[in-house]
Amino acid sequence: MDPAGFFTASRLVIVAGKGGVGKTTVSAALARAAALVGLSTLVVEVEGRSGLPAMFGQPDLGYDEIVLAAADPSAGVAAVRARTITPDEALLEYLREHGLSRISKRLVASGALDVVATAAPGIKDILLLGKVKQLERSGTADLVVLDAPAAGHAVTFLQSARGLLDAVRVGPINTQARDVLDLLEDHARCQVVLVTLPEETPVNEAVDTGFLLEDRVGVNLGPIVVNGLYPELAGIGADPAKAAAAAGTALRSGEASLLASAADFRRRRTALQDEQVARLAEQLPLPQLRLPFMFTAAIGPDEVDVLAGELLADIEALTELPT
Amino acid sequence: MSSSLSLGQLVAARRTIVCCGSGGVGKTTTAAVVALQAAQLGRRTVVVTIDPAKRLADALGLAGLTGEPSRIDGDWPGELWALMLDPKSTFDALVAKHATDAAQTERILANRFYRNISEALSGTQEYMAMEKLYELHEDSDYDLVVVDTPPTRHALDFLDAPRRLSRFLEHRLFRVLVAPRSGLVKAVNVAAQTFLRSVSRVVGGDVIDDALAFFQAFEGMEEGFRERADKVNELLAAPETAFLLVASPRRDTLHEAQYFADRLQEAGIPVQGLVVNRVHPSFGDALPEATRARAATLDGSDLGSLYANLADFQTMAAREREHLAGLAAAIGSAPMALVPFLSDDVHDIPGMAEVARHLFAQQEVSSS
Repeated sequence: MDPAGFFTASRLVIVAGKGGVGKTTVSAALARAAALVGLSTLVVEVEGRSGLPAMFGQPDLGYDEIVLAAADPSAGVAAVRARTITPDEALLEYLREHGLSRISKRLVASGALDVVATAAPGIKDILLLGKVKQLERSGTADLVVLDAPAAGHAVTFLQSARGLLDAVRVGPINTQARDVLDLLEDHARCQVVLVTLPEETPVNEAVDTGFLLEDRVGVNLGPIVVNGLYPELAGIGADPAKAAAAAGTALRSGEASLLASAADFRRRRTALQDEQVARLAEQLPLPQLRLPFMFTAAIGPDEVDVLAGELLADIEALTELPT
Repeated sequence: MSSSLSLGQLVAARRTIVCCGSGGVGKTTTAAVVALQAAQLGRRTVVVTIDPAKRLADALGLAGLTGEPSRIDGDWPGELWALMLDPKSTFDALVAKHATDAAQTERILANRFYRNISEALSGTQEYMAMEKLYELHEDSDYDLVVVDTPPTRHALDFLDAPRRLSRFLEHRLFRVLVAPRSGLVKAVNVAAQTFLRSVSRVVGGDVIDDALAFFQAFEGMEEGFRERADKVNELLAAPETAFLLVASPRRDTLHEAQYFADRLQEAGIPVQGLVVNRVHPSFGDALPEATRARAATLDGSDLGSLYANLADFQTMAAREREHLAGLAAAIGSAPMALVPFLSDDVHDIPGMAEVARHLFAQQEVSSS
């Protein structure tokens, strides 16, 4: 399908997955992919100390927006911007907007927010999601990508709205929870993109999370991103000595076994990955977007561009709208 | 500081081992492997895991764990026990322990606000992990307690958690509200009441009522909780306790690990060992650029692909070594073990034994 159509199917994309699966990398690549097809994109990060700015070669994020990748109008490329939202700051802003600025500072400074958050679990998540909803509504960007918290479960985070409706039955927080729930359940406004690795435990967790999110939260699951697949490399099954003879060259001593063991390592891991990708497809009926493993220990702007390109190619190859 | 022990010596000598690090780096597997190794050395070992994804259960081939240790049978001279932390029941037991009578315990356990604490109050899960650690440490049935730590949003929450919880329970605002109303206290009380009325306009009155009822029910127990928290913190800083930092060689997780190491150092608890999981194997010591160049000249042939593949892994190995060098400096003379990217996922005892071979390689060399 058309990537622009894919990215405008909902203005909010929530990227969810367990720690270590490359959620932030995928958020960066999705945002850049949307920007490359001309959609202005805002990445929202909620944990602080994220690796996101470094992926674009930028300094740390704050509550104020920064530009991660500049627009290039002549090439039809829009900007990628980013900002952080923390519960405390979201609460202060919320109270100010609701004419309660008098108590707002004290509520945060006295630690009363902790007490309130305990009395009404999920209130911090609601404050974050409430702010995200406001950004989605404001039209500040064509696409808002939320890099969901890694700690704990995406399910708990996204379920907070429903849980809170039971705990807080009246007042502005109740209204906020209702608004957030409306957003999450509205397939035209929001979709969740799960991220996983082609390994056993991450696949198990992705399958569980996928079903829980659909059943308990009622969100629209977009395609699942399988991150870190070794790119196919034709010819590595060949015997090094024979391959050298065929190429009319000679190998230095010891090189044949190095080439063979490196090829063997890749083939074995690739076979394991294929097995897990197939198992994921079988157990979780979602279209898959596959991202290659980057043979670098760090993701920088060049790698983000490669990954964004891969995503665009995979999205174009999708035949149906994920619904 | 005394000279550093090898990982094998730590497992043989310490009474408590805490595995810490960011999410997704293999903390749970590492904790299980450490516990298995101790059992192999003849020690009676228990491993506590927290992760709700039951990864340890996967790693040990167990269907599920309960809040109580269950024994894992196997061919080792010591004992291996495992349990999944249940923060709620741990907290319940702690309340029962400190309550003046059964009626107070019941009042607290029935309170909605209390029931929310184990779920929602940041740091409670971490504290309960440390509480469980302390409890098992006091239990003479075990020689060694190994704990996996929760994948925290903020590194080292578990170090602050015990004190944070007692601070929370002694919250000034609520202390004032439940205190006898007289004189100055009364004046403060009026101000606090006004404040709470504003808060309840935002979150609803029920929420505040629940909280007040909880703090009233909790009266008189803060002292016991604080003393317990101090003991837990003493145990964490004790010489018989070792912190193992677990990381993977990616830049972001290494930043996180570095932060952990620094914070532990500040807290006077130096990291005694570093375990780096998922390290790519290194194939030869040629410069990746040279191999890449060779691949380019042979592009399109099988040999070109073989060189390109070799260059990929040599690049990874070089970058990982570079990233690890910084962290190695941060942990000083503590031992560092590199566990390669294994060709199979670890989900059973033989898989754990393979990890153990990498973790305790030093020891194997000296004993064989």
